[in-house]
Amino acid sequence: MDIAMNTTEALMSPDSTDATSVHKPVRDAVGSPLLDATDARMTCRNVNVYYGEKHAIHDVSLDIGKNEVIAMIGPSGCGKSTFLRCLNRMNDTIEGCRVSGQIQIDDQDIYDKSIDVVPLRAQVGMVFQKPNPFPKSIFDNVAYGPRIHGLAGNRTDLDEIVETSLQKAGLWEEVKDRLDQPGTGLSGGQQQRLCIARAIAVSPEVILMDEPCSALDPIATARIEELIDELRSNFTIAIVTHSMQQAARVSQRTAYFHLGDLIEVGATEQIFTNPTHKLTEDYITGRFG
Amino acid sequence: MSNNESMNRVRAGLARRYATERRFRMYGVLAILMSLFFLVLLFTTIIGNGYTAFLQTHIKLDITFDQALLDPSGKGDLAEISRTGDFNGVVKAALREAFPEVTKRGDRKSLYNLASGGAGFELRDMLMADPSLMGKTVSVWLTADDEIDMFMKGHIDRDVPEDDRRVKDLTIEWVDRLLAEDRLEKQFNTTFFTAGDSRDAEQSGIWGAAVGSFYTLIVTLLLSFPIGVAAAIYLEEFAPTNRFTDFIEVNINNLAAVPSIVFGLLGLAVFISFFGMPRSAPLVGGLVLTLMTLPTIIIASRAALKSVPPSIREAALGIGASKMQMVFHHVLPLAMPGMLTGAIIGMAQALGESAPLLMIGMVAFIVDIPGGVFDPSTVLPVQIYLWADSPERAFVERTSAAIMVLLAFLVVMNALAVMLRKRFEKRW
Repeated sequence: MDIAMNTTEALMSPDSTDATSVHKPVRDAVGSPLLDATDARMTCRNVNVYYGEKHAIHDVSLDIGKNEVIAMIGPSGCGKSTFLRCLNRMNDTIEGCRVSGQIQIDDQDIYDKSIDVVPLRAQVGMVFQKPNPFPKSIFDNVAYGPRIHGLAGNRTDLDEIVETSLQKAGLWEEVKDRLDQPGTGLSGGQQQRLCIARAIAVSPEVILMDEPCSALDPIATARIEELIDELRSNFTIAIVTHSMQQAARVSQRTAYFHLGDLIEVGATEQIFTNPTHKLTEDYITGRFG
Repeated sequence: MSNNESMNRVRAGLARRYATERRFRMYGVLAILMSLFFLVLLFTTIIGNGYTAFLQTHIKLDITFDQALLDPSGKGDLAEISRTGDFNGVVKAALREAFPEVTKRGDRKSLYNLASGGAGFELRDMLMADPSLMGKTVSVWLTADDEIDMFMKGHIDRDVPEDDRRVKDLTIEWVDRLLAEDRLEKQFNTTFFTAGDSRDAEQSGIWGAAVGSFYTLIVTLLLSFPIGVAAAIYLEEFAPTNRFTDFIEVNINNLAAVPSIVFGLLGLAVFISFFGMPRSAPLVGGLVLTLMTLPTIIIASRAALKSVPPSIREAALGIGASKMQMVFHHVLPLAMPGMLTGAIIGMAQALGESAPLLMIGMVAFIVDIPGGVFDPSTVLPVQIYLWADSPERAFVERTSAAIMVLLAFLVVMNALAVMLRKRFEKRW
């Protein structure tokens, strides 16, 4: 609430009127306090992404801190989703997409030739914009990951994993009597929580969320946001969102992207109350985007 | 332009717009009516010509299984009797007995023609099934000759002058007498559904061709579906996009448009001449039809794979499925209905194909029911072609009846396709 008020104030403030197109990305200082989370789980340095000839992301350096929720905001087409998808190499599936720079997890470059994407994606899970449960039963949806990775020794283990995952995703009470029903028969918000349960069933360390609430109504959105907050104790979460309120509500740190540049990153409160960069200020005050 | 004025313009144009729409709808209705009309025309012609083939005139004779004719040596060896017994002599004797007044040589010859030339084989099969009949006299319904059959079915008009008529006055007299004695009647034509081809129209059946079609299609399905689906999966999911795969794609699309007879020539040159495979065999037919069906299946399967929403792929990859797992656990099951539809369309095409099979010798006259994929055989459409080419009047109705059987085959296959689709279809 505080932040929302502050945003309104910022909107009113007289000195944010001149929209100069100064456009100087923060690309300095590897390890500067601005970039560095206190306890980084993933470190990205000078990441560039190209779609064929198009240079989509320019020299982004960003750390994802342990057990934090980092929100990535910015106008459409600013590259925040592209950047997010670099973190578990989902961009590999896009033809003509090329990534340079360094993205490390456990001191290992994930774009190194020796890295296998299968375990990487088990370690860095993902939840997508549109709820995309498999056209299978609720149980099979959650059990799929543990099954393919061989995480459960027997049926009892698997049942347990499914139950705890659904509980962590706050869906257990609603579906425990109909685990054999198709996952696609759930409501949109339930489907998205099912997808979150599916992602956490393989116990990833990092969960990437690409606008997880954009297809949901406000009540379902509130449920998911609550859930994200709860999940923070066990997982590191990077979330891309179009809703600044959402970023303000769920995240500890916020990164602002603009036309493929990382403009500013900092504590969420600071970004929303006292942005250092003109573009950030214009965006959060609703001047564009 | 004021609001009012623009509204007036809109209103002025409305009538014209609606008229266009009405006209377009009328064209649509007309098109549907036309196609319905042609469909009805087609079916009435075929069924009207063909339904009589399901009945066949039979003649009841008192047959004496005369040992003197069938087993002159008296050894009672069934194999010997089957080979050398004069069963036609038995039929002739029975006819002579039924019409004792016919004594002239020429008249007797016409008399013998009342029964089918294959009637002796029917008696042989009876005796082989029940050897105790030897020496006994029994009443037997034997197949009548096809011309008697045609006369019974009204295809030969008795008012036509005798010289222009295939069935002579004398024979008509006999037929009337047999009818009066209830010794001549139309019965369900089991021969048509159990026999292979024959020179005698009344002894010919569709079963040989149906079995040949079945074996050919089995070979086609077993080869083209796995190969087609595997090729589609590779091209769609795994192959890199480069000039080589583009080239392959263009060629597959072109292959779908190649006239089927070309595939027949290819089969003749490659499978028969080069690899020395047997001529007229369903195996070679199946291989040729596989070549013809593959492009259809590949194109349909690729379209089915393309239509699987990318979100499902991302979901699978996002939790660490390998590409192979993604394809086989998620994409393939969702694409299956489309692939099956493609396969069935391809198979239906293959079922109706005759041109390439002419090239590899499946047009041969084959009496025996094929027992496997290496036996010489023919297929339904080629059988239809062969019968349509035969001069006997009785083959006309058989041609139409064979078309009905082929259509029934197609309907069953399409029903199967719809069923499989419903079964595999899942919503996402």
